[in-house]
Amino acid sequence: MRTGEEVTCKEVLDFLWAYVAGELPAVTVEEFERHLAVCPSCVNYLESYKRTIELSRGVFEPESGAPEVEEMPEDLLRAVLTARRGE
Amino acid sequence: MLAVARRLVRDEEDARDAVQEALLAAFRSLDRFEGSSRISTWLHRIVVNACLMRLRSRQRRPEEAIEDLLPRFQENGHQVDHPSREWVEPVDALLQRREICDLVRKSIDRLPETYRTALILRDIEELSTEEAARLLEVSENALKIRLHRARQALRTLLDPHLKEWAAA
Repeated sequence: MRTGEEVTCKEVLDFLWAYVAGELPAVTVEEFERHLAVCPSCVNYLESYKRTIELSRGVFEPESGAPEVEEMPEDLLRAVLTARRGE
Repeated sequence: MLAVARRLVRDEEDARDAVQEALLAAFRSLDRFEGSSRISTWLHRIVVNACLMRLRSRQRRPEEAIEDLLPRFQENGHQVDHPSREWVEPVDALLQRREICDLVRKSIDRLPETYRTALILRDIEELSTEEAARLLEVSENALKIRLHRARQALRTLLDPHLKEWAAA
């Protein structure tokens, strides 16, 4: 990505993954934030991008309080493993 | 384990077969389990791997081109079409709505296979970039780009519906 010039919407949206993951160098983060301060469209895009990540994680999480019927007890698995190794 | 397989292979019979293969593979390689991670984590990785092998071996379904679902730009770098609009409703409230949960799951299923698997491994199964890249047999950079495009495409699919919800 270019540095020293104002970044465009395209550059912000292309490197959004790195911005969200905290993988951009500090100087680039400053450039991004200067752009975001004057571009509500990119701010909306950023927020909806983050929500997309949260939604995809959220729809597959078991409901709170629901039993984890598929979860296997770690202790039991280790006991089986130990017993098998002792054969 | 079956829930993981269902997410990845999308077909009930295939999911059950993948879990069976994974359990057999795990049993055969029990002696190689080093004990440094939780057994459930180790089994989870084996199931993921069995599902990916199954996906590679089966015929691909017709799918949408990812380019049609990515943002478009003018020559000056501004967004084409229309500026992004706000999704007003918080995620917690959206997740309470069954129709929204169904919409998100169906939209994930609509993603092209290579992008869908990257999104599932990273954002849903929460594998590291390194591990997901290794399982998908791509470089870490390629995996990051796939994941980003998958998220952008999913955002595009959800956008009109979530704007509607905000306006309702």
